[in-house]
Amino acid sequence: MRPPAPEEPLVYGFLAEFTAPEPLIEAARRTREAGYTRFDAYSPFPIPSLAEAIGARDVSVPVAMLVGGILGAAGGYALQYYAMARDYPVNIGGRPPFAWPPAIPITFEVAVLAAALFGVITMLVGNGLPLPYHPLFAVEEFGRVTSDHFFLVIEARDPQFDPQATPAFLASLGATRVQLVRQER
Amino acid sequence: MTLRPNEETFDLVAPGHTYTSVTEKISSIVLDRRVSLRWLAAVMVGLALAGVLTVGIGTVLLFGVGLWGNNQTVSWAFDIVNFVTWIGIGHAGTLISAILLLLHQAWRTSINRYAEAMTLFAVLMAGLFPLIHIGRHMFAYWLFPLPNSMGLWPQFRSPLVWDVFAVTTYLTVSALFWYVGLIPDLATLRDRARTSVAKLTYGVLAMGWRGSARHWQRYSALYLLLAGISTPLVVSVHTIVSFDFAVGIVPGWHVTLFPPYFVAGAIFAGFAMALLLAIPMRHFFGLRDLITMRHLENMGKLMLATGLIVFYAYLIEIFFAWYSANPYERYLIFSNRMRGPYGWTYWLLLLLNGLLPQLLWFRRFRTSPPVLFAIALGVTVGMWFERFVIIVTSLSRDYLPSMWAFYGPTGNDWAFLLGTVGTFVLLFLLFARLLPVISIAEMRELIMHQGHVASYTLHGSATPPER
Repeated sequence: MRPPAPEEPLVYGFLAEFTAPEPLIEAARRTREAGYTRFDAYSPFPIPSLAEAIGARDVSVPVAMLVGGILGAAGGYALQYYAMARDYPVNIGGRPPFAWPPAIPITFEVAVLAAALFGVITMLVGNGLPLPYHPLFAVEEFGRVTSDHFFLVIEARDPQFDPQATPAFLASLGATRVQLVRQER
Repeated sequence: MTLRPNEETFDLVAPGHTYTSVTEKISSIVLDRRVSLRWLAAVMVGLALAGVLTVGIGTVLLFGVGLWGNNQTVSWAFDIVNFVTWIGIGHAGTLISAILLLLHQAWRTSINRYAEAMTLFAVLMAGLFPLIHIGRHMFAYWLFPLPNSMGLWPQFRSPLVWDVFAVTTYLTVSALFWYVGLIPDLATLRDRARTSVAKLTYGVLAMGWRGSARHWQRYSALYLLLAGISTPLVVSVHTIVSFDFAVGIVPGWHVTLFPPYFVAGAIFAGFAMALLLAIPMRHFFGLRDLITMRHLENMGKLMLATGLIVFYAYLIEIFFAWYSANPYERYLIFSNRMRGPYGWTYWLLLLLNGLLPQLLWFRRFRTSPPVLFAIALGVTVGMWFERFVIIVTSLSRDYLPSMWAFYGPTGNDWAFLLGTVGTFVLLFLLFARLLPVISIAEMRELIMHQGHVASYTLHGSATPPER
């Protein structure tokens, strides 16, 4: 794509609209097969086969939760061990200052807490949220993505992007409407 | 499309609903519905009781816990009874949102959102009691392992400290689970809102959610895993609450049965509260086509199942006391609980928690909202009395008769009980008008799955679909 002249608006991409999930899944699969890499599908509810069709396979959330759980468990246990055996041991009838069984509940609770926090933060960071502005929000029809419509966007930064061929390709996928999305400078 | 007046359905969603219609129906409760006088009147009652709670807390902070009826024999009374009751009520919300999700129970979809809100508000109410009960509120931070001028740590071997960790974790994880579930629906409200204030508020809360498939993929993984870790969490929380008692040596508390008994009782009481909230909500907001008779009946069935476990535990408690041959345990059950000064509370709880739910064996009662509401109300009261019997009856007469004492609640005790009920109702009323009471995104998902099932039945077999 040639660089746009200064007075021309920057292009974010082309938006194709669908009214049902099945055509969108099919369109996403064919877009991927056509060699596009910078594209995304949008739907009002999670569709596992759609994520598969666009090739989204990210395991950062489960990994982060596992790491969080392990760190939380280790931290919860270490806290109790440090407090009771190292920092301030209390001699109660000559018993050992620390024993593992009563440390288990707190270890477990801290593990769950850390896993949940790691998971939520990783999901938000991975998804780039919070994001106050996005070029798609300027498209009026896109408001229905949170109700009942389904969208496919091929972005202008895709190496295969072409201002003429890309919208024609999207129209051939059975979209009810294809339109240009502008990017504000 | 929707149900005629007085018509009920046993489907998960009334026939004819589409992505568009569920979205419009649920979001319009928040965005379009006018403020009704009935709702406003209920809010006023809630506000008044929240005021009572504020006065109750304020006076205890000023004058101390001596305002309560607690004495040196019965040092745990209404405060801990209410704490256990509220935290138990929360458990059904987590059961619906997490355990039923893992078990692929499609009927959880339209009831999980409000049940999670119920959990959150109930845990908030629960947390108040231990915090006020500690007496010296300026040292509340001693509950947490924070540095203090004496270099002391909490006693990590004590179930009371485990409780601090369990309840704070439970509150945080429930809030996260609830908020994560809300994000797509907040985006729906943002996109459908007409006033700029609503657009801005829901827009900020939705954090720029736009339904990207890449986002949904991470989101779904997170949601499933949060359900996975909430499941053992909810069991651990009430287990630890039961340890507060079971680890002590008070007759009537020192029983290995307590953890499963408490967890079952918590879910039992929680489903009762879930029904108490669902029945008026579906009636006043016209949600009978989304929270259908199927949901009410299933909640009734779960209440019956957990109620039977609780009833079994009541009977086993009697057996334990007899079989232990311990004179103090035998005295507690056969003389103190059954015939002592609080004897009527024991028989009341057997009636309300043991016998009343047996009506749920009959489909006629399970499918009648007024009867379900009455049973749920009975169980809620009965479960409060169960905690009263366990805590107050056991403490009031333990080993030495010279130590025996009678506990009676004071006005301040009642202010806390009624005040938390009112505040809980107030929070729920505000929630019902400010956030979608049913998960819209999950309803759309359910409709897609149902569409697949219907088209499969149409084309795949000779028998016509049921409707």
